[in-house]
This record gives sequence, structure tokens and C-alpha cells, in this order.
Amino acid sequence: MTLVKIDKQDWAEGLAAAAEAYRLYGPVKQKDYHQFKALDKGELPDLNLVNTRLSPKALLFPQSENMLEYSLDESREDHHIMKAVVRDLSPRAVIGIRPCDAKSTLLVRLNFDTPDVKDPYWLEAHEATTFIGLACDTPLSTCFCTAAGCGPYHEEGLDMLVMDRGDTYLAKILSDKGKAFAEAAGWTMNADDAAAFETGRQAAEGRIVATIESDNLAAADLLALHGAPFWDDIAFACINCGTCTFSCPTCWCFDIQDEVHGSAGVRMKNWDSCMFPIFTVHTTGHNPRSNKTQRVRQRFMHKLKYFVDKYDAGIMCVGCGRCVRQCPVNIDIRRVCAQMNRFKTADACAVQS
Amino acid sequence: MLGYTEKIKAIAGRLLKECAVDMVIGFRKGTLPMMNEPCFATTPEAVESLVWDSNCGINLANYLTDRKEKVAVVAKGCDSRNIVTHIIENKIKRDQLIIIGVPCSAMIDRRKISRMVAGEILEVSETEATIKVKTADAEALFDKAAVLQQNCALCTHRNPVIYDELVADPVAEQTDIDRYADIRDIEALSATEKRDYFDDLLQPCIRCYACRNACPLCYCPTCFVDESKPQWVGKGQDPIDVRIFHFLRAYHCAGRCTDCGACERACPVGINMRLLTRKLEKDCQEEFGWEAGLSLDQRPALDVYKTNDPETFIK
Repeated sequence: MTLVKIDKQDWAEGLAAAAEAYRLYGPVKQKDYHQFKALDKGELPDLNLVNTRLSPKALLFPQSENMLEYSLDESREDHHIMKAVVRDLSPRAVIGIRPCDAKSTLLVRLNFDTPDVKDPYWLEAHEATTFIGLACDTPLSTCFCTAAGCGPYHEEGLDMLVMDRGDTYLAKILSDKGKAFAEAAGWTMNADDAAAFETGRQAAEGRIVATIESDNLAAADLLALHGAPFWDDIAFACINCGTCTFSCPTCWCFDIQDEVHGSAGVRMKNWDSCMFPIFTVHTTGHNPRSNKTQRVRQRFMHKLKYFVDKYDAGIMCVGCGRCVRQCPVNIDIRRVCAQMNRFKTADACAVQS
Repeated sequence: MLGYTEKIKAIAGRLLKECAVDMVIGFRKGTLPMMNEPCFATTPEAVESLVWDSNCGINLANYLTDRKEKVAVVAKGCDSRNIVTHIIENKIKRDQLIIIGVPCSAMIDRRKISRMVAGEILEVSETEATIKVKTADAEALFDKAAVLQQNCALCTHRNPVIYDELVADPVAEQTDIDRYADIRDIEALSATEKRDYFDDLLQPCIRCYACRNACPLCYCPTCFVDESKPQWVGKGQDPIDVRIFHFLRAYHCAGRCTDCGACERACPVGINMRLLTRKLEKDCQEEFGWEAGLSLDQRPALDVYKTNDPETFIK
């Protein structure tokens, strides 16, 4: 592990130098909210933020991404032949990603990188990307990362972690990708202040006030939890919009669509949401999750039970709090998880009898 | 409005105890400042969680659609107008309902308040006329009138138009309200300016459909944007598809929308799509003298033909 010190006066210059070799992305304020976007030449990421409105998952898994293209023009020799869309996979760097969002890439990878199936779109984009994280010294009251397997100085998923020390940044290089980026940016002033990270981490973790209870989920009986009596109450307020799933850094579901304009067609991948009734409609017209309670239960059971059981990697949540803050009707995953975590199979029997 | 909670609990508890209804639909306190959660109570004990304050902006008529039970519902002015529309459109029967009317003194705009304060808001409390906001290291006091949701600031039907019980005496209705100043500004734009204006308005849309789903009017079994046989609208982020969704949805609400503001409140990216529905509301008022949801005895403007309907648009 190498530590480098970056004078804030040299920050813009370093990024400009790195931009020669990398496409830079970072948070920028658009209207009322911060969003990750490709930075224009000379544009700096705005690091004065807590969380972006949407998570940066779209950088690897765009809301709408063309995968294949084709022509229906029969006068062409290659008509009706699906061809891979040429994508820009030149190196890029995401500046200012939060540790919780970086950790989410590990969880999403479990879906896109399996022994049997490897999603080239996500994997190639991930391979091309260097993640420069910004340690989170001012968490929100809805941040519960420390209870969700990461934290404000968590390093998993990052190539470099930067902490703000007033006039300077202190950066911890965590991988070869991080090292290469530091060299490209000219950030080579070695520092030996490892204790600063530890002090910063402890102080930041001390500011996290929210939590999520999940210690009993793995041991809970899956079918009993599925049949628990609280789902109608939890689901009642839900309007079945896609806000929670779209803002979530770990929700990975997508739908595939063909769109044709004239004779030119594309096969695209769009974010989908288990909250939408059509998510599960079969070609027969049958919908196995036709009512709201079934859909809400699916979302929480997937994140907090099926995922826990299948991957043994904790809950499918990094505690960023976006769904809590953005849900139009204030359905709060912390509250739901507590109910699931405290649920005893005996309660279900008592209700059923 | 501060004493409403206790009255709502008392009425709800009585209705459940007398078995007059199977459930009461209201709000419970949210887990975040300025947020309450729609909820239901089926036992007299459960009514203890019901609350009423200036954060009940979600329209509870949306939770009545196609219900089979006998239901009591807490309804402010706009909710009651949507209940009228629901009854007219056969989405619920009048005799299934006990409407607990709430004379409303307006809901506060959580986004506006967040913009007016530096730092995260940790606590919000209210009196009849003021809103007090606390952050980690500061406190701010606002006149409630200055931080209302825009639809509430423009509202001329704060009292329920239909109810079985009323939790308090009616409040004074606002008069001399110019509901359409911003709409006229947009009408005055050139076609190109309008296009740019709406492009900018809708640019942040992520197609989560929170606006549609928070709306009591949007109850189609399959919305046109979800229909796949045939598929009317592309499902990606093409700006034309995004615009088609918003414009067509607004047209589907023409002559039905009560400007309850649930759509704008629900939007996670802060789009004021009420500009679209209010333009159509204005047209309905100017062309047909129609305001939605005021009477069970009148068919909505776009539901009937009258010989004196304007026809100047037919060339």
C-alpha cells in the first residue's frame, strides 16, 4: 500500500494530466441534485456532496444500453445479422465515488460474473474503469453503511481512496489500476501518514447513526419469512414505482428490447424493476406476482434473504440510504429489515392457527 | 390542523369498534422529517399510529381503487375530489365508503425547505403558522405560508367536497388566487422555446413512473407505456419516448386532475409535471367551465357532449 499526498492546488492540474490517458467521470450538480457524468475537458468533479441522487451503477450498467444492431434492409448483404455495438472501452476513471457505491460493484458482480454466465457489457466496462473513491466524512442520518458490510472509509471495489485533509488530499493506492492513475495524474508525493486514515475512519464511523438489523436473517426459515403476517402492512403504502430499484446501487435487473427505426434496429438492455407488474408477466398472460404485496415482498426477500442464502455475502444492500430518502411513500428498508430480522417462526404459527 | 390527529384516531377507533368499516386508511408518522406513510388500520388498537400534519401530501384516493371492503378514508380537499372522480368512474362505490373529511390548511414542500436550509434536515416541527427546521448545527423558522407545496398555495378547495364525518370546522377557502400565471408564461413562448422548455423540464426523468403511480387517476390495468402488443412507446431513455409518456399521461388526466400534487411530490428527481396537467385544467375551465371532482351529479367535461361545447377549433 502506498500513500500519496496531493496539494489541493495541484488537484485540477493532476486531473487534467490524467485526462490525457483516461475518460474522466465524476459527480456534478445538475438542477437540484448531484449525478455522475462524463466530465467535459477541464470540468472538475464537485466533491462537495454526500450522495448522488442515482447511484453510479449506470456507469457500468447504463439505464439503457444498445448491445446489438442490425439492418432489415434486404438489399444489404448483412441484413438481419445481429452485430455487436462498438463501445468505447478505452480507460476511464470515476473520480469521487463513495465507498458504499464502490462496494456495491462487488455485489453486482456476483450476478454479472458467474461461472456459467459472464455479462460482457458489465465486465468489459468494469475492466476499463478505475475507481477513485472519496472517503465520506459527513454521512447523512440515513447512511447505515457500517451495518451493511462497508463503511465511510471502506476500500473494497476501489482502486484508490482519497481523504480530504483541508488543504491537501491524502490518497491510498489500493491496486495497480490505482497506481497507474496516480502516475498519470502526477500524484507521486509519497506520504507516510497512515494513521490519518485510521483516525479519519474512526471519526467518520462515529458519525454514522443509522443501522440495519440483519444478524438473524441467514438463520431464519425462508418459507416462514415468505409467509410472515407483516407483508400486507409493509406493502400497503407502496405505489409500485421504480424509484427504490432505480436509485439502488445493487439492483441489477434488466429487460431486453428490440427497437427498429425504419430499417435500422437495435437490441437494447433497459433497467427493469421487480416493482412493476409487467416484470413477471408470462407470454401466456399469467402473472405469478400479480399483486403489490407479492412484488414488495420479492424485493425485500431478494435483498435480505434469498441473496443472503445464495451468496453468503451479507445483505444485498450497502446502506447508502437512497431508497429510504427517495421512496415517495416512505417505505424504509431499515424498518422492514428489522421486522424480518425479529420474526420468529412461532409467530407465523400463532397467526395461522 | 394540529388537533386533527386525535380527532382522526377517535373517529377511526369508533368506526372500527362499531364494525362500520373493515379498515381505515390514513397516514402514520414517517421515518424521515417531512414524510408520512400511507397506512391502514383494521383494529381499534391500530388507530393509535394514525397521524395528521403538514406532511400528508400523498393522495389517499389512490388507495381506494377497486377495493372490495367497506373502507373509511381520511380525505383532505383534493383527496375528496378524487374520491368523487373515483365514484363517477366506478372505481369505488359511495356506499362502501365512510369519508373522514379533513379541512386542510395545506401541505409543506419538503424540497423547497431543503433548498432553503444548509445541511441535512434532521427534525421538523410545526405550529399552525410556522415550520421549525433543525439541522445538526442550526435552527430555522419559516412562515408556513412561504413553504407550501405550490399546488396547496394555489388551492381553492381546501375543504372536502364530500364527507361523512368532519374532523374540524371548515377552513376559510382562498380566494383571488391566480392559478395559471406560470402556465400563461409558457403559453406565451414560441414553439421552439416551448420545445426547449419541455426538454429541460423532462430531462431528469428516469421513467420510474412514480408520478403515474402516485396518481389516483392512473388506474388502467395496463398503462399505454407498459403495453407490449402493440408497443406504443419505446422503453429506453430516448427523449422522445420520455416526452410521449409525460404528455400522453397528462392528456389522460385532462378534466379529471384535481391538482393534488401527489405526482410532483412523488417524483424522485423533482420534475414539475403539474405544469402539463394544469395547462389542461386551465383549458377545461376556459372551454367548458369545468372543475374536476366537485359533484357526483355531473359527468366530467370530456365525458359528455353538450350542444354549447366550443367548436372554434374545428376549421
